[in-house]
Amino acid sequence: MTKLLEVADLFVRFPTRNGIFEAVRGVSFSLGQERLGIVGESGSGKSMTGRAILRLIRPPGKVTATRMELEGEDLQSRTERQMRRVRGQRISMVMQDPKFSLNPVMTVGEQIMEAYSLHANAGRAETRRKTIEMLEAVSIRDSERVLKAYPHELSGGMGQRVMIAMMLIPEPQILIADEPTSALDVSVQTQVLHIMDRLVTQRGMGLIFISHDLNLVSSFCDRVLIMYAGQVVETCKADELHQATHPYTRGLLESLPRLDKPQKRLAVLKRDPAWLKDISVGG
Amino acid sequence: MNAIEIDKLNVWFDTDDHRVDAVTAATLAVPLGGSFGLVGESGSGKSTILRALTGLVSTWNGSMRVNGDTLGKKRNQHFYRSLQMVFQDPYASLHPRHSVDHVLSETLKLHRFDNIDSRIVDLLNDVGLSPRYRFRYPHQLSGGQRQRVAIARALAPEPKILLLDEPTSALDVSVQAEILNLLTDLREEHQLTFLMVSHNLAVVGHLCSDIAVMQHGEIVETMTVEAMRTLQATHPYTQALLQSSLGYVRE
Amino acid sequence: MTEITTSSIGWRAWLSTDTPSSRRQARLGSYYQGWLEFKSNRLAMIGLCILLLLLFTAAFAPWLAPHDPFVQNLGNRLTPMGTEGHLLGTDSLGRDLLSRIIYGSRITLYIVGLVALIAPVVGLLVGTVAGYVGGWADVVLMRITDIFLAFPRLVLALAFVAALGAGIENAILAISLTAWPPYARIARAETLSIRNSDFIAAVKLQGAGAARIITRHVWPLCITSLIVRITLDMAGIILAAAGLGFLGLGARPPSPEWGAMIAEGRKFILDFWWVATVPGIAIFMVSLAFNLVGDGLRDVLDPKTGGDS
Repeated sequence: MTKLLEVADLFVRFPTRNGIFEAVRGVSFSLGQERLGIVGESGSGKSMTGRAILRLIRPPGKVTATRMELEGEDLQSRTERQMRRVRGQRISMVMQDPKFSLNPVMTVGEQIMEAYSLHANAGRAETRRKTIEMLEAVSIRDSERVLKAYPHELSGGMGQRVMIAMMLIPEPQILIADEPTSALDVSVQTQVLHIMDRLVTQRGMGLIFISHDLNLVSSFCDRVLIMYAGQVVETCKADELHQATHPYTRGLLESLPRLDKPQKRLAVLKRDPAWLKDISVGG
Repeated sequence: MNAIEIDKLNVWFDTDDHRVDAVTAATLAVPLGGSFGLVGESGSGKSTILRALTGLVSTWNGSMRVNGDTLGKKRNQHFYRSLQMVFQDPYASLHPRHSVDHVLSETLKLHRFDNIDSRIVDLLNDVGLSPRYRFRYPHQLSGGQRQRVAIARALAPEPKILLLDEPTSALDVSVQAEILNLLTDLREEHQLTFLMVSHNLAVVGHLCSDIAVMQHGEIVETMTVEAMRTLQATHPYTQALLQSSLGYVRE
Repeated sequence: MTEITTSSIGWRAWLSTDTPSSRRQARLGSYYQGWLEFKSNRLAMIGLCILLLLLFTAAFAPWLAPHDPFVQNLGNRLTPMGTEGHLLGTDSLGRDLLSRIIYGSRITLYIVGLVALIAPVVGLLVGTVAGYVGGWADVVLMRITDIFLAFPRLVLALAFVAALGAGIENAILAISLTAWPPYARIARAETLSIRNSDFIAAVKLQGAGAARIITRHVWPLCITSLIVRITLDMAGIILAAAGLGFLGLGARPPSPEWGAMIAEGRKFILDFWWVATVPGIAIFMVSLAFNLVGDGLRDVLDPKTGGDS
């Protein structure tokens, strides 16, 4: 399997009044044409990792890594202008709430077509055709109506599918999805996940799926990284997640209430300060 | 006697040009000391039922009874001593400029309690908050700590019935376990009745003994949690919910 | 020496502790945090220094002014800046400009202080009641607000002068009557967004009535935006008073009100520019200072930008 993305010793630091805060501390992993899940609680640094790869972290935040390569080409040394060619065209990002990531004053059609024309030199007719094709790929059937609609007129699930269409129309090699289904209802979640699954397999993309939902990640992804306090504490195959060994992962797994295993009291995770000192595990 | 009885409740919202029906013909009963879960997705009307019960929404018809007393459109102090609510978002349910002490003492004063000081100490103890946090402001507390304060506030008037609106949805997994344990302990200690709303079946299954499933404002199925565990759902919507709670399944 | 240092470290630690043990400590601690944040803003601190200088000048005017501001000396009129005994020169009646500026600071503070007390308070009352109670009260109060908003300040002042005669109190009244509507709007907007919060619902469920909710829960959240707005408005208020003084509608001569001083110096502006310019610079500096402080306060107080004290 070809390595699409290689990240080594990623650090994201923010200066605060009380010293330097390290949101991501020494994260290393590689991504092939697979579904990689990054799981963690709030503050674990999982979203920061995704943003750091796309160089979306603005000063005073500082991103450093000994290695950050997309198909062997270094990402860190690129200028902002060069990064704009990467974003969308080679690496794309889908975020949590389509209400906040779609422009409320532009129609859906305009936004998707803009996403396409930024990276391709196509005429208007061709762009429109591609847009409709993409909308159908995300199972939106009445594409004519949706093209003319504004984001607030769409339901959550439809908005998220539009977001995916917009992010995938330039045919990137990697998709980073940051909690893409957390704001969606359960029934719609499954639908959106199916779409992402299908698109990733069909196009041979790499997918980084960031979430706090252990069960979802372990059933959807191929490999999982578990993050805590800015570090990767464990990495394993998704279907082996329930045999994880790191005490944090075990603690998380055991503190989840289970429909099939009723308990009177849930095991509470005991945070060991020693975990903060461990070196990040590579993935 | 049932703690809560709801019969054919309809709740609606009047917007500028039309009426939105949030709840249609809801009927449920929660026995004294019982724990009942209302499950559904956003917009299903589950939180609206809680708001109608507490009098925060007055555009409803049908019948609602708490401890045998029929409820009208307004509520009084006696009602607030018997039923309280814990809200979903711990970040929004505490006044940003009021310290923990202020929140609790105001609640106690409104209910005309005396020995406010010692009651505050007891309440903090009950919810597992160290007295060090007593004079802190909400922005100095974590999500779990804020939720504990919200629970302490709800328990201050010594109610017997607690309405819980998605009490752990905004919390991290590890914190959720602590709060769920706290709620279990409190229910046992004070013999409370719970009516809990959630979209998370596992959480409902953990705390409740009976559940009602809501979709588009209607209760589509009512069953015991035991039945739910053995996947004995009859309504297709319930079945779909159960399926997705098990995780993702490849096409 | 060590005793002084340990006690100064002592109170600093007491204020910055994150486990306060009393209501007073918690409140003072949060003011202290706010102060530290304000202090780190250099421009805001410059503004604050200028305002403190203004206060000091106004308080100690009789001791600071080298001459009596009302004493005329027609033989010494229009002397330039730097003349012996008259650092900033003299005006057309021979009165020392520096002394008039110093005494004029009292008038400026008087105007600004009164308007800052009246306008936001009235605005807060009207806005929060309209926003919380809604319905007819909202409609009536907001239409009244619109009526007052429609009055141009100077026109209203002219009307007052015509009815009641010129004078500084009437000028203050006129300015306050036209200054309160924006505060009402701000307060109403804040109230509308707060009204449906969970924390308001929670306190309603404890049996709190509208009066308690408005005064103890809504007002504390409105006050920060009002404070910021007042400091930014101060510049406008000073200029409005100066404008009225310029038109002869505010402080009556020989009062050393800065605006009136500019009016008097207008006739000589080409040859004796300092007579009008010096009070103009004073107005400029105080307005700027209020703006800078307002900016700094907004950074500290506005929850959206992160400050939360």
